[in-house]
Amino acid sequence: MDRFIGFGIGNNLWKHAWEGGLPNIRFDKIEKSFGNVRVLPPVDLQLNDGEFTVLVGPSGCGKSTTLRILAGLETLSGGEIYFDEKPISHLEPKERDLAMVFQDYALYPHMNIAKNMSFALRLARVPKSEIDEKVKRVATMLNIDHLLQRKPAELSGGQRQRVAMGRALVRDASTFLFDEPLSNLDAKLRAKMRTELAEMRNTLDKNMVYVTHDQIEAMTLGDRIVVMSEGVIQQQGTPEELFKSPANKFVAGFIGSPTMNFLDGELMTESGQLTVKGDGFSLPLTDEQSTRLASYTDKSVSVGIRPSSFSSDVSQGAPISLRIIVSEYLGAQSVLVTRCGAADVLVEYESSSPVKAGEINEFAIRTDEIMLFDHTSGKRL
Amino acid sequence: MQMANVNRLTPYMFLAPAVVILVIALLYPIGYMIYASFLDWNPSQRIGEAEFVGLRNYINLLGDESFRESLSVTLKFAGIVVFLEMLVGVGLALLLDRNIRGMSALRTLFILPMMIAPIVVGLMWRYMYHPTVGIFNRTLKSLGFEPVPWLSDGSWAFTSVIIADVWQWTPFIFILSLAALQSLPQSALEASRIDGATGWQQIWHIKLPLMMPVLIVTCLLRLIDAFKVLEVVLVLTNGGPGLSTEILSLRISRTASEFRELGEAAAMSNYLLIVLLLLTLAMFFYNKVSEMRTARLRAAAEGDD
Ligand SMILES: Nc1ncnc2c1ncn2[C@@H]1O[C@H](COP(=O)(O)OP(=O)(O)OP(=O)(O)O)[C@@H](O)[C@H]1O
Ligand SMILES: [Mg+2]
Repeated sequence: MDRFIGFGIGNNLWKHAWEGGLPNIRFDKIEKSFGNVRVLPPVDLQLNDGEFTVLVGPSGCGKSTTLRILAGLETLSGGEIYFDEKPISHLEPKERDLAMVFQDYALYPHMNIAKNMSFALRLARVPKSEIDEKVKRVATMLNIDHLLQRKPAELSGGQRQRVAMGRALVRDASTFLFDEPLSNLDAKLRAKMRTELAEMRNTLDKNMVYVTHDQIEAMTLGDRIVVMSEGVIQQQGTPEELFKSPANKFVAGFIGSPTMNFLDGELMTESGQLTVKGDGFSLPLTDEQSTRLASYTDKSVSVGIRPSSFSSDVSQGAPISLRIIVSEYLGAQSVLVTRCGAADVLVEYESSSPVKAGEINEFAIRTDEIMLFDHTSGKRL
Repeated sequence: MQMANVNRLTPYMFLAPAVVILVIALLYPIGYMIYASFLDWNPSQRIGEAEFVGLRNYINLLGDESFRESLSVTLKFAGIVVFLEMLVGVGLALLLDRNIRGMSALRTLFILPMMIAPIVVGLMWRYMYHPTVGIFNRTLKSLGFEPVPWLSDGSWAFTSVIIADVWQWTPFIFILSLAALQSLPQSALEASRIDGATGWQQIWHIKLPLMMPVLIVTCLLRLIDAFKVLEVVLVLTNGGPGLSTEILSLRISRTASEFRELGEAAAMSNYLLIVLLLLTLAMFFYNKVSEMRTARLRAAAEGDD
């Protein structure tokens, strides 16, 4: 824990137009177009102070753009950003009191690593001994302390990414922006850094906005996750909310690993019970689901089934037979790629009872865990 | 086997014409000049009739007051113009490095002086410097100031020549600096804005250091060129008044045509050549060293993971 003391120290040498401590950040209908290309439609977003907010979404959906707008590197095409009800979109980046890790690292090519990391502190005329100490501590934490005298060109991609991270972490800003800061690290290092960040989240009272593709990072780090697609915020909430009650098919498919299976089917009443039927499956709904969904009878729906909702004990739910195509061994668990009708279905499975590719196996689906989505709009029903 | 030989020779066959031209057009005159510098040679003699005097021309020149004066004028001229041109050129590039409508037209305007033939530049400035009808003195007069002896006073003449050269060659520095600026990594500049750098600090800590390789090469190219300047000075002052603007190339041409000392002129040319060669070697070594450094960096980076 004491590794982090360094950047909890507020130092008054920072001169910012923004002096309000940890701000509540509010996006009010912000818009962004590049020429004729509209990247962000009006977006409303509230980032509470001290919160770790994660932006997730597929490539090109506007996560970096949102972050860069917040940083002041892109101008707004419309709307306004408020820090505690003060509009700040006219402020220069340096007046917003934030530190940022760039997606492309953006290191200074002509400075060595120590100089890269200390640049902001040197500009702020922090005493040299204090700078050295902070740089040393953060570099040690990131495992780059042996590289301090090198230039960025002498580092590997993962090392550069850690330097970019370090350059932000030595700062004592009120808001930290991370744009996919772990994307280039190997799995082990990434897990370690994730833990460090999670620890930092708990010990440091800072605003953090974190962009990632990796939904494990999103789930483990985020106090709140914002799922974006094509500039539109699909849903925001705690990791649990997003996992348990996704607002639509997009969110359901994005959150959770392995990803949710979607099967096309139709809602109908069969022997007095509301049932969703499709190519190769027939799932009777629970009473709770039936009462909620009664009005959708005879409509086309998309059934969302998480890979974890399957059980090899056929007494556990509605039966389904699946032809096994591939078994992906992950250790204690395997992921089976199976086929149901024409659709591929992922199934999580205990590795201890092996199955063979090509076999047809009987599984049970815990029907209380399935989700139904409107076939056309993708809305959760 | 024979086919392979032919194949191996093909590139040389294609190169041959260029090599022949190079030998005739470049090496022959240089060799001729070096040989001539060891002769006591009058233009009325054929080269075969000239007396071979060894290093006498070179030694004479070292003791020659006017040659040393001329060399120092050249060094002063080159040093001052290149310094001013770098200052103004880089400054302008820093100012104009932005995407405003009409900027490309403005940039084209800025580089016009460079495209005018030096003789024309000389004539143009001579008219402008004219003591009575020139635009400068007329303007000064209409504003109630004393006219300035632009070309007729020793120290003013030196300044006037410098002004004309700066006017003509600043655009060269300007376009090269601008190109360097526009190829800077934008993300590093963005990072520096986040890190709290002001505009000046960005220039000082990020832009200039990153432009440095281009600036050094540009500076050397300009220095080499400034040592060889002739036409503008020839037209403006013809070296005068006195020896105040007699740069080396002018002295060489006068030694050959007025004093009819071809051998001495050749020796002078060789001194100039040596200075330029040193500069070129400096540039070459700079390139080599930075190349080696990059290679070493890359090797270190690869060896590391
Ligand atoms: N400077 C620009 N000019 C024009 N279009 C741009 C510019 N920057 C981004 N875009 C477009 O805006 C959209 C969003 O880009 P953005 O970088 O925000 O995506 P992202 O969500 O960060 O993607 P990734 O996960 O791949 O980093 C993309 O379609 C991209 O093509
Ligand atoms: Mg991005």
